[in-house]
Amino acid sequence: MSRLDPKYLIVFLITLVLVAGEARYSILGGYERLATTLGICMATEVLLSWWLRVRVANLSSAYITGISLALLIKAQANLLWPFALGSFLAIGSKYVLTYRARHLWNPSNFAIALLLLVAADSVTVLSHQWGNDLRINLVIWAFGVVVASRARVLHVTVTYVVCFLVLAVVRNAIVGGPLLAELAPITGPMYQLFVFFMVTDPRTTVSTRRGRITVVAIVALVETIIRLAGDFQLAVLRPLYPSPPLLALAIVGPIAMWWDLRRQAKAGPAPS
Amino acid sequence: MAVFAAAIAGVVALNHRAAGNVAVGRAEAIRLREAAHQSGIDFVHRPPTLDPRLAHIAPHVAALGACVSIADVNNDNWPDIYFTTSRFGVPNALYINQRDGTFRDEAAEAGVAALNRPGDGVSMGAVWGDYDNDGFEDLLVYKWGYPQLLHNLGNGRFHNATAGSGLRHWMNSNGAVWLDFDRDGLLDLYVTGYFRSDIDLWHLSTTRIMQHSWDFASNGGKNLLFKNVGNGRFEDVTDVMGVGSTRWTLAAAAADFNDDGWPDLYLANDYGPEELFLNHAGKRFELARAGLEDDSKSGMAVAVGDVFNRGRHDVFVTNISERGFLFQGNNLRINFLKELGRFDEIATGVVADAGWAWGAQFGDLNNDGLLDLVVTNGFISADTGRDYWYAMSKIAGAQGNIFEDAKNWPAIGTASLSGYERSRVLMNTGTGGTGGLVDVAEAAGVTDRLDGRSVAMADLFNRGVLDVVIANQKGKALLYRNAGNPGHWVEFKLIGTRSNRSAIGADVTVEFGGVRQRQVVDGGEGFCSQNDRRLHFGLGDQRLGRVTIRWPSGTEQVVDGLATDQLQVITEPR
Repeated sequence: MSRLDPKYLIVFLITLVLVAGEARYSILGGYERLATTLGICMATEVLLSWWLRVRVANLSSAYITGISLALLIKAQANLLWPFALGSFLAIGSKYVLTYRARHLWNPSNFAIALLLLVAADSVTVLSHQWGNDLRINLVIWAFGVVVASRARVLHVTVTYVVCFLVLAVVRNAIVGGPLLAELAPITGPMYQLFVFFMVTDPRTTVSTRRGRITVVAIVALVETIIRLAGDFQLAVLRPLYPSPPLLALAIVGPIAMWWDLRRQAKAGPAPS
Repeated sequence: MAVFAAAIAGVVALNHRAAGNVAVGRAEAIRLREAAHQSGIDFVHRPPTLDPRLAHIAPHVAALGACVSIADVNNDNWPDIYFTTSRFGVPNALYINQRDGTFRDEAAEAGVAALNRPGDGVSMGAVWGDYDNDGFEDLLVYKWGYPQLLHNLGNGRFHNATAGSGLRHWMNSNGAVWLDFDRDGLLDLYVTGYFRSDIDLWHLSTTRIMQHSWDFASNGGKNLLFKNVGNGRFEDVTDVMGVGSTRWTLAAAAADFNDDGWPDLYLANDYGPEELFLNHAGKRFELARAGLEDDSKSGMAVAVGDVFNRGRHDVFVTNISERGFLFQGNNLRINFLKELGRFDEIATGVVADAGWAWGAQFGDLNNDGLLDLVVTNGFISADTGRDYWYAMSKIAGAQGNIFEDAKNWPAIGTASLSGYERSRVLMNTGTGGTGGLVDVAEAAGVTDRLDGRSVAMADLFNRGVLDVVIANQKGKALLYRNAGNPGHWVEFKLIGTRSNRSAIGADVTVEFGGVRQRQVVDGGEGFCSQNDRRLHFGLGDQRLGRVTIRWPSGTEQVVDGLATDQLQVITEPR
């Protein structure tokens, strides 16, 4: 029996996240938001792939991006344009922001980071809108671990989680206060999407297992630097504080991809 | 590439147009001037001191209690003002209108000052209503502690009637509303719970006192409905009537939202969805599915107003917006209960985003026949160089059992949290949608950046214009005196006979210029506030048409040919 393509497992998992979040907590805040992100992500993917690559791409990636954005973007009341433009920019980044024919950013990560940085009057990111309920999160973590394992990216997830926990203790040692306050963020829904869908995205992670582990550890480290800056009230970095992990990945991810692609190019084509 | 770059430019441009960036001022129609001190009002709110185990987040927990309610306490047809403060040993204030543009604090002589006592708790607000129908407005002060019922003796003094009233239940309450839910002619009382009622905030037995969810919390204090059984006694009928929400209610308003002749209850809940309890003929309430249940935010205030002159009670509920961190947005819910069985939420722009919004009230500030809206904003104004938003965001997305325990919260220290925000004066231009509500605060003269909590409106000086009173947390109270305008107006003082004498809950619909505007006599609305129970209608340059009064008893009275630009005193037909 042929092995199921891992991307379909990821499609299943994010659909599960969507259904659970909407059924229990109405997390979307309106179906028009989902229709907007899914519709524009898929339409953009179809159009750009046909136009620029003369073939229509598999839409599973656009589907994952569309749902991720519908879940992650929390816009000011009744605004739809962040969902629409965010979706277009997410998919567009795959075709525009490339190096050696590979895109550098995870599409959702690019769109969210961009919106947070240039549209902070209109957009923020998923935080507490999931009811802060342990049970649903445990279900998603359990499925997520299984899917990440089947997709052979569990080492990325585990490395990030371990780094986060260790660095949380370090942060606590530096800033004081309750340790649980430093550990708390990773128990939230935004981190579920981050550790299972963004930081593990096979298309925007480096080519070697060791490299992926190193890169995700650096992401956690940059996140910690942002968090410490927040604790020490460094005003100039305030735009980064609403979502340190997403912005850390948006900074580290493309640099790592660029470096990896360049390294591969120097090493020449891989033997067939 | 060009399209991609254009899309990014589009994001920047559209963001610039978002709320907060389009507050274009128009000063010609609303002019207010702050005149508290000149008017003899020098009230300053003091926050509560709490159990030392809450010291690290004391500014956050103790950020409530500055409240204002207005009533004609001595029946001289001049509105008086009551302010609450929240520190043990510090008196509340009752400013009696001196009829010369000034007020004098007579709370101590009246016996309504010394209500903040260890063991009894501290004041969190007050509502006026004549619960015994003797012709004088009585006072209910709700507290973090035991509520106090103060009977107006009619001679400038009040008798503390709490003992024996059935109201002496320890509650951590931030709201109450008088209503006659069973239309028996006696005012009943709905008191909301915030923290659980088993919590004594000065002697904690546990630090697990906070919400267990930021969106769907149900571990707050239980709201209680007290039925007035006469002779100064009240009975707890909460469970029988089905209105014992534990959703951290911060505000409640009562009005007949579905036009069935019975007053319903609309709740603004912190950390959860709003709730509408529809009254079924005074026999029971039922939680309605009215488009509210899935829209969870941080409701702080309920203001009731007929925004588009449709003859309906629409609702405005304040919430939180903070750049980059949280966009809940205020809700302007247009009442389509009769047609569609729901409210439609339409807030956008400056209506949705006012900052960390608290109190709100509708009122026609420029007598143009359209209800304007005043919103007070700002949570904790402290060190401008320190901000608690990032620290709070660490726990906000986490599991509930972490932040339910106050000891897991990061210390706030001297940081601000949505501090120094300005109040909003949203002038209704009548152009339809929320785009017709234009923020004119600064141009109109409302420029303070205090931490506004409570706002109430009244024609304080009997000039035919609404003035605005704002109670500020840890700050001085403000009186924005309306500079007036040329529009016509009419005011109503209703006196119940078969209904409660205060006529609380009476619905008045005024027809003018081809439209009709509906208002309800207020038993407490906004956030910890109450407007004067005299109703004020601006008419613009129109003539007054038919006036329909639906009394709380169910009696409908139609009055025609009333003169404008004066107060009309109408007694309920027997």
